[in-house]
Amino acid sequence: MSHDESNLPVLDAEEPIPNPGLPEHQWRPTDVDEKMARRAERQVAAWFGLSMVCAVLFFVSYFVFAVGDDPSTFLHFRTSNMALGLCMGGAFLFIGIGIIHWARKLMADHEIVELRHPAASSEEDREATVQILQLGLEESGIARRPLIRNTLLGAIGLAGLSPILLLRDLGPLDISVLKHTIWDKGMRVVRDVVGTPIKVADLEVGDLVNAQPAAFFETDEDGEPLVEGAQLQVEKAKASVILLRMDPADNKPGPGRDDWAVDGIVCYSKICTHVGCPISLNERTTHHLLCPCHQSTFDLADAGKVVFGPAARALPQLPLMEDAEGYLVAQRDFTEPVGPSFWERDSQ
Amino acid sequence: MSIDTSKVADSNRDEPATAKGPSKVGAAAGWADDRLGLAGVMRKNLRKVFPDHWSFMLGEIALWSFVVLLITGTLLTFWFRPSMSEVLYEGSYSQLRGIHMSEAYASSLHISFDVRGGLLLRQMHHWAAMLFVAAMMVHMLRVFFTGAFRKPRELNWVIGSLLLLLGTLEGFTGYSLPDDLLSGTGIRAADGFMKSMPVIGTYMSFLLFGGEFPGESIIPRLYAIHILLIPGILLALVAAHMLLLVYHKHTQWPGPGRTQENVVGYPMLPVYMAKAGGFFFVVFGMTALMGGLLTINPVWKFGPYDPSKVTAGSQPDWYMGWPDGALRIMPGWETHIWHHTISWNVFLPIIVLPGVMFTILLLLPFIEAWITGDKRDHHLLERPRNAPTRTATMVALMTFYGILWEAGGNDIIATTFHLSINQITYINRVLIFVGPLVAFLITRRWCISLQRHDKEMLLHGYESGVIMRSPEGGYSERHLPVSEEHAYRLVAGREPDEVYSIESDADENGVAARGTRLQNLRAQLSALNYADNVQPPTAEELEEAHDHVDHELELQSSLAHPADGHQFDGHNLHDADEEPLR
Repeated sequence: MSHDESNLPVLDAEEPIPNPGLPEHQWRPTDVDEKMARRAERQVAAWFGLSMVCAVLFFVSYFVFAVGDDPSTFLHFRTSNMALGLCMGGAFLFIGIGIIHWARKLMADHEIVELRHPAASSEEDREATVQILQLGLEESGIARRPLIRNTLLGAIGLAGLSPILLLRDLGPLDISVLKHTIWDKGMRVVRDVVGTPIKVADLEVGDLVNAQPAAFFETDEDGEPLVEGAQLQVEKAKASVILLRMDPADNKPGPGRDDWAVDGIVCYSKICTHVGCPISLNERTTHHLLCPCHQSTFDLADAGKVVFGPAARALPQLPLMEDAEGYLVAQRDFTEPVGPSFWERDSQ
Repeated sequence: MSIDTSKVADSNRDEPATAKGPSKVGAAAGWADDRLGLAGVMRKNLRKVFPDHWSFMLGEIALWSFVVLLITGTLLTFWFRPSMSEVLYEGSYSQLRGIHMSEAYASSLHISFDVRGGLLLRQMHHWAAMLFVAAMMVHMLRVFFTGAFRKPRELNWVIGSLLLLLGTLEGFTGYSLPDDLLSGTGIRAADGFMKSMPVIGTYMSFLLFGGEFPGESIIPRLYAIHILLIPGILLALVAAHMLLLVYHKHTQWPGPGRTQENVVGYPMLPVYMAKAGGFFFVVFGMTALMGGLLTINPVWKFGPYDPSKVTAGSQPDWYMGWPDGALRIMPGWETHIWHHTISWNVFLPIIVLPGVMFTILLLLPFIEAWITGDKRDHHLLERPRNAPTRTATMVALMTFYGILWEAGGNDIIATTFHLSINQITYINRVLIFVGPLVAFLITRRWCISLQRHDKEMLLHGYESGVIMRSPEGGYSERHLPVSEEHAYRLVAGREPDEVYSIESDADENGVAARGTRLQNLRAQLSALNYADNVQPPTAEELEEAHDHVDHELELQSSLAHPADGHQFDGHNLHDADEEPLR
């Protein structure tokens, strides 16, 4: 961008009002009155003294106020934290106030004038540096020997890639796991937390139940859960569902989903199709379900379609049926990936 | 105050005390200098001058809260265990006793309930983090509104912007560590954000989480990033920021004796060092008071993370609120193409928008310099009103930010004020486009009005509040000239605007010169940039105005007598001429 600098005024152009210069220094009372100075001195020392008092109180509070099983309380607040915070706050704050008071009242307050220098180096230095750089290039012969330069660049580039390659094993890249959940044909839909199976008769019209697959509550012969720890969290993040019983007349099943509900009981993924928060706020009269994170709203009476908010896709539905004992079970796994969209998701 | 200022007390001398032969301190300094040779550098810098203004303190708050973060953070690492292995909680918080949770959450509870002062450290750390980001933002606004980002300080603006970005990321990685229900929900959303990126998104999520969300790697990995990677870069950038500040010398407000070529203020040793150092103790003390008295992020109330649970009103920390607001008001757009999905509804507001906003922020100094064509060094600050377009641009950006931030709390607004969340969202979708535009126009005109007011005051004096009645019965208010110092402050450092113009569109052969279209755009932008600005008065204008004012005062002198009706408030005792100048 070549640009003529002469079209700009020079900075030290004559100002319309002449610079009156620095105003005369004003003496402070503490500069001219020995009594005032001594008073300020005592004030500063008093701040530091207060700080010491606070620090001592901090040490005392640390040992006096209990934490843990039987914490000391004061007006329902836990005393230890409050006392330690107040005392430490005072100890530091008063040092700060004291020092600043000292600087304002007693340290010399003569303003000093310092001249600025341009940020740039002198023209001479610049030229010399450019010459040195050129000399260095010349002496190394890097410009004359492209073979060395290019192989060096190639070697550094490749060598630099090798630590980055190590990042590959940060995680497995089999993303097909996103397409399946733990749900399977005949798996019971059980209540969250307690794990009891559910019969149609257990639910009244309008009831909403947070539910999980029965697999989360199964144990081996030693009573150890089959799915636990991190694996449980991973499966929960995909398999959590919501059961809602509505008047069968209200339910408008999606195409091909006529037999997915049992007596007006529908089952949808609890994981929002926006960014994956669990959806939990139910509007009883409308069958609308609201995600508390970004307020996407889904209509469970209309195939889980989005009626409001930033989500783009309907909630995936879990096909339900009754098993031989009359408990609600899944007909099969979800027919589409649950949770937030991702690039490889085939949404056709 | 009636104090005799003729006689200066000897408690504070102008001259430093003379050295009285070799002392112990001198010997120690000599020993050190023999080995380090620092005397030369220190001699130059110990009396370095720093100008004084309250607004220069904002960056200091950021710096000191960063130091508080380093201190409290280091202490917290001694107790915190960044592990997602499941443990049975048996600590002293009875409501969660006997519940399975990650070791990270259990150790957060341990810090909060069983370590004396542990909760104080946690709360100080969190408050200091909020203060850090807030102070950086306000400091950045100060730098922008006063034009302190101009040459030669553009690179420091860039470093500052990077600090703001990294500080925000550091905050996010930090509040995600306790692995409570709220922070887990934040990580869940972050996983959704990552997955929205076309082509690479899903793989990035799998690499970061070590497989499927949530896995058991994310907390230890965020921990490494939070306590080593980002703080390391932050420290280096803070050091560079400060070094450049010292090298460039601080900007100052123009005023009597304060020019482009000098810097006027207190020396680093002792005054500035005492004030700035003392301020560290103030910031530390304030965060300790906040940590002791104000609850922040009570993780024990949220419970351990469970991907099937969420609390209503889930909100990120405040500095993450604006992209979250963008996410909330974005329509649900998604494209399905060739068996692949692009979720614009997530990708645009949370990945693209922050990137674009940050790039704009980074480039602001360079955009302004290109439009104005100004290549000179600037060490004097400008009042925001004297650069109306600059001021209005930042106010427009602030409005954009503010509306998104408010949108990030739309559920809270809806429940607090009993409004429809749908309507709030629709209104925000309109406001986000209209608001910044309106804010820009209003701010710009407001600045220009203030400029007019300043010029009026210079040329015709200020309104003294003295009402004069002429023999004909007309009323007028007496204007008095402003004092010399005040007048100088109004014109100091101001220059008439120079609109960038192109001399000719074509060269001598009639061929359009290369880059002319760009130059045209630049000329147009430059004209818009300065349009309607009020130019500072010239010396002649001032001269003429003063003659006029003198003449007027002379005409009015016959009217000058004590005003009637003011016998009881002391205002009848003096003449309008005796009114002290402002």
